[in-house]
Formats: sequence, C-alpha cells, structure tokens
Amino acid sequence: MIEARHITKTFGRLRVLDDLSLSISPRRITGLIGPNAAGKTTLAKIILGLTKADSGTLEIDGTPIGADDSYRSRIGYMPQMARFPENLSARDLFEMLTDLRRPTRPVDDELVERFSFAGALDKPIRMLSGGTRQKVNAVIAFLFRPDLLILDEPTAGLDPVSSGILKDKIFADKAAGKTFLLTSHIMSELDELADDVAFINEGKVAFVGALAELKRVTRQSNLERAIAEMMKRGAAA
Amino acid sequence: MKVTAKVAGYEIRDVIRSRWLIGYTLFFLVITDALFRFGGGGEKALLSLVNVVLFLIPLVAMVFSTVYLYAAREFIELLLAQPIKRRQVFAGLYIGLTLPLSLSFVAAVCIPFILHRGLANAQPGTFAALLLAGIALTLIFTALAFLIVARTEDRIKGLGLAVALWLFLAVLYDGLVLLLVSIMADHPIERLLLGLMLANPMDLARVALLLQFDVAALLGYTGAVMQRFFGRSIGVTVTSLALAVWVLAPLLAGMRAFQKKDF
Repeated sequence: MIEARHITKTFGRLRVLDDLSLSISPRRITGLIGPNAAGKTTLAKIILGLTKADSGTLEIDGTPIGADDSYRSRIGYMPQMARFPENLSARDLFEMLTDLRRPTRPVDDELVERFSFAGALDKPIRMLSGGTRQKVNAVIAFLFRPDLLILDEPTAGLDPVSSGILKDKIFADKAAGKTFLLTSHIMSELDELADDVAFINEGKVAFVGALAELKRVTRQSNLERAIAEMMKRGAAA
Repeated sequence: MKVTAKVAGYEIRDVIRSRWLIGYTLFFLVITDALFRFGGGGEKALLSLVNVVLFLIPLVAMVFSTVYLYAAREFIELLLAQPIKRRQVFAGLYIGLTLPLSLSFVAAVCIPFILHRGLANAQPGTFAALLLAGIALTLIFTALAFLIVARTEDRIKGLGLAVALWLFLAVLYDGLVLLLVSIMADHPIERLLLGLMLANPMDLARVALLLQFDVAALLGYTGAVMQRFFGRSIGVTVTSLALAVWVLAPLLAGMRAFQKKDF
C-alpha cells in the first residue's frame, strides 16, 4: 500500500528521519512505535503531504505522491491534537469537509451515532471538552470511507467506553479491507490492535514485521517487553 | 476557485463570530460617530478619521491575522489533509480574513456618515479614497501577517515580529526620515524622500489620502514633496500603483512560503 524509500527529513540541525525505508502492507493494521521525537508523526505527515521530505520517494499503490493532491481523497487522518475553529460547531465542520471533498459515496456516520454526542454537535467547538473534540476528530477520519487511515494517538483523551467504540470500528473497517497506520504510546493498545509493527528509532526503522514475529524473536509475551528487549539488544550491538 | 470560495466561506463564518471583530467594528462605529458629533463638519471628521485609519487598521489587520493564523494551525492542517491544493487553502484563508475585516471597517465608517449626512459637507471622492485606503491597508497588512506566520514557527516570536514591524512603520520610520532630512538639509533629497515614502505602505497610504485634501501641502513633508513632484492626479496614480505592489509582493512571498512550509 505504502512504499517509502530512503526518506530523509531534517528540521534545522535535527535529523528527524534518516534514510528511512518502510513498506506498509494493505488490509493490515501497522503500529508505528518508537521513543518520543523518533519521527513517527513526521512520517505520517510526509505521507499526507503536510511535510515535505528533503529526499527520498513515497508511493501509494505505486503512484508517487506530490504531483497531484487528489490522492488524499483516499486517506482519512486523525491528527494528534484535535483543534478546530473555535466558533464553528462540529456539524458545521462535517458539512464543510463534505462540501470540500464531494464524496461520491454516502458518508460513514456510524461513529456519530455510536459516540453519544447528545447536543454537543451543535455547540461551538470551544465549548466542548478535550475528549469530545477527540471524538469529533475520530468521526472526521472515518467519515469519507477512506482506504487508508492514519491515526496519530487515536485513543488519547478518550474514556474507556469511547476508546472501545473506536477500537471496534478499527477492527470492523480492517475486516472490510482497509489499511491502518497508527501511532500510540500505549503499548498494550498496539498489542491489542496491530498486526504489524514498525519500530522507529533515531529516524531509522529498527524493526519491522509482524507483531507475532517480534514476540517470537525476543521470546517475550507482550509488545512492551519485546520492544524493551529490542532496545537492549540494540544498545548492546 | 470553487474550493477557495468554500474555504473562505467557512472561515468567514468562524471569523464573524469572533469577539475581536465585533469589538473592532464597534470601535470604528463609535469613533466615527464621535468625530461627527464633536468634530464639526464632514471634511474635518474625515481628516481626523484619516489618522485613526492610518494607525489602527495596520495594527488590527496584522495582530488579528497573526493571532488567528497561529490559533488556526491545526485547522489549516486539517484542510491540508484534504484532497485540495495548498494554493486554494492559502487563497481561501486570505480572503476569509480580509473580507470580514474590510467589510466591518467600511460598514462602521459608512453608517455614522449616512446618519449624520456627512456627505453633504465632504467631497464624495475624498470619502471614497478613505474607504479604499482602509481596504488597501487591510489587504497589505494581512498579507504581511501571512508572510510572517508562514516563515515563523514560534507564535510568540511571530506576534512580536508583527507588532515590531507595525511600530517601525508607524512610529520609527517617520522619525528616521526626519532625522535624515535634518542631516541632509543642504542636499537636494526630494527623490530620496519619494523613494522612502514608497517603501513604507503606511506613509504611502497617508500621502495618497492627504493628496485628496486641500491641506495636503501642510501635512507632512513627504506629502508636500509628493504634491510638488507629481501634482495631484499623477500623484494619486503613482501612490495607488505602489499600494497595489505592496499588496501583491508580500502576498506572493507569503504564498511561496506557505507552499513550502512543513506543517
């Protein structure tokens, strides 16, 4: 689905991505993990064209990005921090995006129904709590039935019930053939969700492969311990 | 084009509900009304208004736009994550800010004018020039704000830069010009002064406006030079063209920076 080759990105003197190559398989959930400032969000933003790589190529289904902006109609994005125009309501926002994207299929508002928004959709967004904004953020990512979903810390700020609803939605959509790329700091969450993991450290891919494979190689039963083991080995080598 | 209009439309819906814009409109409404009540005839009220317009519009356009754009950063990211072009987002954002700012200024000045029958005492051409200069300054300083925001990551630094630029153009610049005049008193520096006037959009707008009044020669050194150099009609053409360049230059530079920016 996504083929990143030799991507380098520097911000000033900081080399965030350093000749990174990564391939993401379709119809699977790939978890991007790594320490803070490892370049996870930067990679997600490069896929979206929000940030431009200094060098390297990125292809989605064989088509290099950058020439045309229409490829983004296939992507749903849930950014890390959900902030929207303060004076618009969530409903205004859904309408605006629908108006901008002009989807050919009816929108997917399953999450609107499942999250109990009550009257919150019609209030100005500045009056909503952080968790409610994050729900709005999640709704937007799924709204246009994209093939590829990039979710950056999707459950941050959500209560357990809402978090469960979102995870159910992720599983259901994966079963329907969608590809997910998600980052999270919560290892147990990725343990639950991810099929593949890509461990990024200091701008390079330290490990990529199936979650089961990672656990087998490190002889650990959960992702957190497996990653710790990988880092230990990395430090020793 | 359609996408640009949509982006602008939604931004306008957000901006017009902002308390700052409402405050800005009320301020001009009260000031214009007060100038009419206490300042006598239409012409005098207009002249007093010129000074308010020249100082306040650049400040508000720049600070409001800078604060708005930094606050809207995540929203801009959301827009850029949609299948639309950056150029369209940029143009939509620019129109979405300049249109409400210009309209609220025009409305706030026009309403008291009509109520007090100001046009009976003042030249309609002068009044139109004041409105146009206000709009031009809004366009210029919003464009400068876009340029600053696109090139400065840190919002405190960006806002500081915007205020410093305003302070320089509004206050310091004139002082420096006067200093230059006093130092170079023995030399013919008319051409240099003209150049300096063209280099400051606030000076430019002032001269363009004052050329409309009979008192042009009495108000400000650059105004007198301008009138002597060009005469009234060519002076107006030159200043208008220069103002147009001042809108386009920062706007194009801001667009370039926005196209390349990492979000």
